[in-house]
Amino acid sequence: MSQGLVTMSYIVASILFILSLGGLSHQETARRGNYYGMAGMLIAIIATLMSESVTAYAILIVALLVGGFIGTKAAFKVEMTQMPELVAIMHSLVGMAAVLVGYANFIDHSNPLSGVEKTIHEVEIYVGVLIGAITFSGSVIAFGKLYGKISGKPVLLPARHLLNLGMIGLFIWLGNLFLTGVETGGGLWPLIFMTLIAFAFGVHMVMAIGGADMPVVVSMLNSYSGWAAAATGFMLSNDLLIVTGALVGSSGAILSYIMCRAMNRHFLSVIAGGFGSDNAGEAAEVEGEVQSVDTADVVDMLRDAKNIVIVPGYGMAVAQAQHTVYEITRLLREQGKQVRFAIHPVAGRMPGHMNVLLAEAKVPYDIVYEMEEINEDFPNVDVTLVIGANDIVNPSALDDPNSPIAGMPVLECWKGKTTIVLKRSMAAGYAGVGNPLFVHENTRMLFGDANESLQAVLKGLQH
Amino acid sequence: MKIGIPKEIHKGEQRVAATPDSAAKLIKLGFDVILETQAGVGADIPDAAYEEAGVKIEKDAKKLWHDADIILKVRAPQKNTPLKYDEVDLMHEGQILISFIWPAQNKKLLDRLAAKKVTVLAVDSIPRLSRAQKMDALSSMANIAGYRAVVEAAQHFGRFFTGQITAAGRIPPAKVLVIGAGVAGLAAIGAAKSLGAVVRAFDTRPEVKEQIESMDAEFLMVDIEEDGSGSGGYAKTMSEEFIKAEMALFAEQAKDVDIIITTALIPGKPAPTLITEEMVKSMKPGSVIVDLAAEQGGNCALTKKDRVVTEHGVTIIGYTNLPSRMASQASQLYGTNLRHLLADLCPEKNGRLVVNMDDEVIRGATVIKEGQITWPPPPPKLSAAPKKAEAAKPTTVQAPPEPEPALPEGAKQLLLLAALAGALYGIGSVAPESFMAHFIVFVLACFVGYQVIWNVTPSLHTPLMSVTNAISGIIIIGAILQISSPGFMITLLSGLAVLIASINIAGGFLVTRRMLEMFRK
Repeated sequence: MSQGLVTMSYIVASILFILSLGGLSHQETARRGNYYGMAGMLIAIIATLMSESVTAYAILIVALLVGGFIGTKAAFKVEMTQMPELVAIMHSLVGMAAVLVGYANFIDHSNPLSGVEKTIHEVEIYVGVLIGAITFSGSVIAFGKLYGKISGKPVLLPARHLLNLGMIGLFIWLGNLFLTGVETGGGLWPLIFMTLIAFAFGVHMVMAIGGADMPVVVSMLNSYSGWAAAATGFMLSNDLLIVTGALVGSSGAILSYIMCRAMNRHFLSVIAGGFGSDNAGEAAEVEGEVQSVDTADVVDMLRDAKNIVIVPGYGMAVAQAQHTVYEITRLLREQGKQVRFAIHPVAGRMPGHMNVLLAEAKVPYDIVYEMEEINEDFPNVDVTLVIGANDIVNPSALDDPNSPIAGMPVLECWKGKTTIVLKRSMAAGYAGVGNPLFVHENTRMLFGDANESLQAVLKGLQH
Repeated sequence: MKIGIPKEIHKGEQRVAATPDSAAKLIKLGFDVILETQAGVGADIPDAAYEEAGVKIEKDAKKLWHDADIILKVRAPQKNTPLKYDEVDLMHEGQILISFIWPAQNKKLLDRLAAKKVTVLAVDSIPRLSRAQKMDALSSMANIAGYRAVVEAAQHFGRFFTGQITAAGRIPPAKVLVIGAGVAGLAAIGAAKSLGAVVRAFDTRPEVKEQIESMDAEFLMVDIEEDGSGSGGYAKTMSEEFIKAEMALFAEQAKDVDIIITTALIPGKPAPTLITEEMVKSMKPGSVIVDLAAEQGGNCALTKKDRVVTEHGVTIIGYTNLPSRMASQASQLYGTNLRHLLADLCPEKNGRLVVNMDDEVIRGATVIKEGQITWPPPPPKLSAAPKKAEAAKPTTVQAPPEPEPALPEGAKQLLLLAALAGALYGIGSVAPESFMAHFIVFVLACFVGYQVIWNVTPSLHTPLMSVTNAISGIIIIGAILQISSPGFMITLLSGLAVLIASINIAGGFLVTRRMLEMFRK
C-alpha cells in the first residue's frame, strides 16, 4: 500500500474516532459510536500492516492474537462493579506501551535525522517515556487502591511537595544529560534513570490521594494515557497517533475537571493529595438523635409514597445490591408510583460508575437523573432511599463553611418528606465527615447490609 | 410498671388515650397495660380489639386507678358527677399522670395534685422542639380541629365547595377565608382546598406566607409592616394601627366570602374579636363561620361556646370539642403521641419509667414532680425565635475563602495567556517546519476533543473512559511501525508493546459494547 493510501486511511480513522466520541453524547447513538471506534481502529491497524515498511508479520500476528484474546476474555469476565479497576489497569497498559515504544524508537537508528530535528526527536522520546512511565505506575497504584489491595487512605510523606518538586528537577537535569549523551551516541542510562524516577513519581502521586478522590485520579490517568499516545505520535511523526492522543487526553482532562467541580475541589489540590488536611476551622459537630426503623416500617413508607427517589452510592456497589434495587423499583412502578434515581457526579469510584451498575441491573436509563436535573424536585418527593451514600447527601456541604466538603454540590434529599438511609453502621463517610442528614428530623436510618435489608424490603412489598 | 387507661368522664368526650396499636407498642416497651372497660367505645374500638393486643380489661374504674402506676388520660382529672367520686381523690402517692392539664388555667387542680404527691406530665406543656414533634399532641389535635372545622362548615353550608359547570348551569366555587394559619389553620386550608373551594388565609406572622402559598391558598396582607411572631412559634398582640388595618381587611372580605374559619389565639390571653356583628351582617345569607377559638371567648362577637347559632342568616359554629368529634382519628394520633413520650421516658425499654429532669422535653412536660410543682419550666434553651434567625441566613455558603491571591483574577488569566503565547512563539522560533505541521494537528485535535467531550452525557462517562482507553491503544501503530526495524531488542520491545496495546483495544471496545448493551430504555 502506498504511503498516500496509508495517510488517507489514517484520516478516515481519525474522523471515525471523533465520531465515536461524539456518539457517546446520547444513549441512542452510543452503540453506533462504539462501532465507529472499532471500525476506525481496524482501518488504522490494517493500513499500517499493509504499509511498505512492515515485514515482521509472524511476530505481529502472534502478538495481536494473544493480546486480543486476553483483552476479550477480560472484557467478558469483568463484573460491572469492577469497572474502575479494569479501566485503571488498562490505563497502565497504555502507559507501558508508550514506554516500550519510546525505548524501541530510541534504540532504532534506521531513521537518520540531524540538527534541530534530531534534538526535537530526542526530546519527544524523553517526554513520551516520561509520561508513559508516570501513567503506568500511577495506574497500577490506582488499580491497587480500587481493588482494595492498597489502603484507600492517603499516604502523606513528610515534605511531599518538596519531594515532588525535587523529582521534577531531576527530570530536567536528567533530560539535559540525556540530550548531551545522545550527541556522543550514549544517553541510555539517563533515560533508564528517568524512567525509574518517573515510576516513583507516579506511585507517590497516587498514593497521596484519598479514596473519595478516586474519580478524579482515574480520569486524570485517562488523560495522561492520551498525552502519552500523543507524545509517541510526535516521536514517530505520526498524525493519527497525535490526533487520537489529543482526543483522549482532552477527554480525560475534561472528565477530571467535571469531577473536581462536582466536589468543589481544585484540580491542583486533588493532585497534591491529602483530603481536607488544610481546612481552616473546626467543622461543626453533628448532634442529635438517630431514628432507626426496621424493614417493615420501610415497606409501609414505600407503600404510602407516590414519588420515590433512590440515591445510590458506592455502598450499593459494595453490597452488590443493584439487582435487588431494580426488583423493588419494578414492583413500585407496577403499583403506579413514580420511581427515579438521582446520581451524583462523584458517586462511586469513577465517573458514571453508578449509571453502569444500574444499567447492568436493567434499570431503564430514562428514570436515571443527574444531580442538576432532580435537585429542585426534592421538595415534592415523598420518600428518598439513600443506599450506601454519605458525602454526596451531606447538608453540611451547603450550610457549614468549616466542613471539609463545604461548597460541594450535593443531592438535597433532606428537603423531601422522608429520607430513609441504608447504612451498615454509624460511621463517617470516606471524607471522614459527620453527616447531619442522619439526625435530621425527617430521616430514618435502616442499619445493616444494604442487600440483605433491601431483600427484606422486597419481600415485604411482595406480600 | 402498670399503665392504666380510664374511660374519659368529661361530658361528650369520646377520645381514649391509647389504641390497640399504641398499647401493643407500650407492651413492647415492657409495660403492662390495663384499660377500663368500654373506654374505647367512643372512638369505635371494642374491648376485644384491646384484648387482642394484650391489654387487660378492668371493669372497675376505682380499682384501675388504684392498681395503675401510670395513668394515661386525655382530659385533666375531674369530678365524676353521676358516680360521685373525683379522679384526683383516686390517685395515690408516687403515681404518674400523663394528660392534658393546662396548668396556666388550672392552678387549683395543680395544687390538689401536688398535695397527692404524684408526678404529673402535661402533654400541653411539651416544648415545641423539633425533637418533640412526634409527641406534640397539641399539634395533632389542632390538625384534627382544622380539618373538622371544614367538615362542620360543609354540613351547614347549603352549596358545593367546588365549582362545576354542568348541563344545569354553572356552580361557582365556595370562597373560604381562614384567619390564623397555625396548625389548625393550615389543616383547614388543606381540607377546604381539597373540597375544591377558593381559599384565602390571613396571619400576622409573615413567615407563614410561604406555607400558605405552598398549599395553593392566597395569602392576604395588610399594608403595614409588622412582624407578629411571638416566641415558641405563636403569635403576639399587634399594634393598634395594625389591628385597624386588619379589621378593615376582614370587613371587606366578609362581604365576599361564604365561609370564615377563625383560629386566632394568643397564648394566655382571651381570643381577639376579629369578626364584629357588623361584619356578620354584611355576609351573604347562608354563610358559615366556624370559630375555633370559642373556648377562649371566640374570634367572632356572636359566637356561643359549644353551640351552633344562626344570627343575621349566618350560621356560627362554636364547638370546642372538634377533635372529640373525630374520636377515632384523634385517639389514634393522641395514642401515638403518648407512645412516643413514653418511649422517651423509658429509654431502657424495660417497663420502668424515668422522669429525667435534664431532658429538655421531659423537663418541660413535667408540671409536678413527686408532689413538687415544677411549673412553669425554665425558658427552653432553644426557642423557635433564634431558629428563625438561623433560617434567615442564606442556606448556601461559599467554600472557605481562598487565601488572598497576589494578583486579581483577570490579571492572572492574562498573564497565563501571555505565558502560553510566549511559549508557543518560543517553540515556533526554533522548531523546524515538520514539527510545526504536527503541532498544528495536535492543537486542533485538542480543540475538537474539547468540543466533542462536553457533549457527552454524564451517565455515559464510564463507557467514555473505556472507549477512550481502547482508542488510546492506537499506540499499537507506533509499535507496528517499529517492529520490522533490524535488531532483536527493538523487535522484542515493539512486540511487547503490540501485545499490551492489543489487550487494550480488544478489551476496551468489547467492554464498552457490553456496557452499552445494558443501557436500555
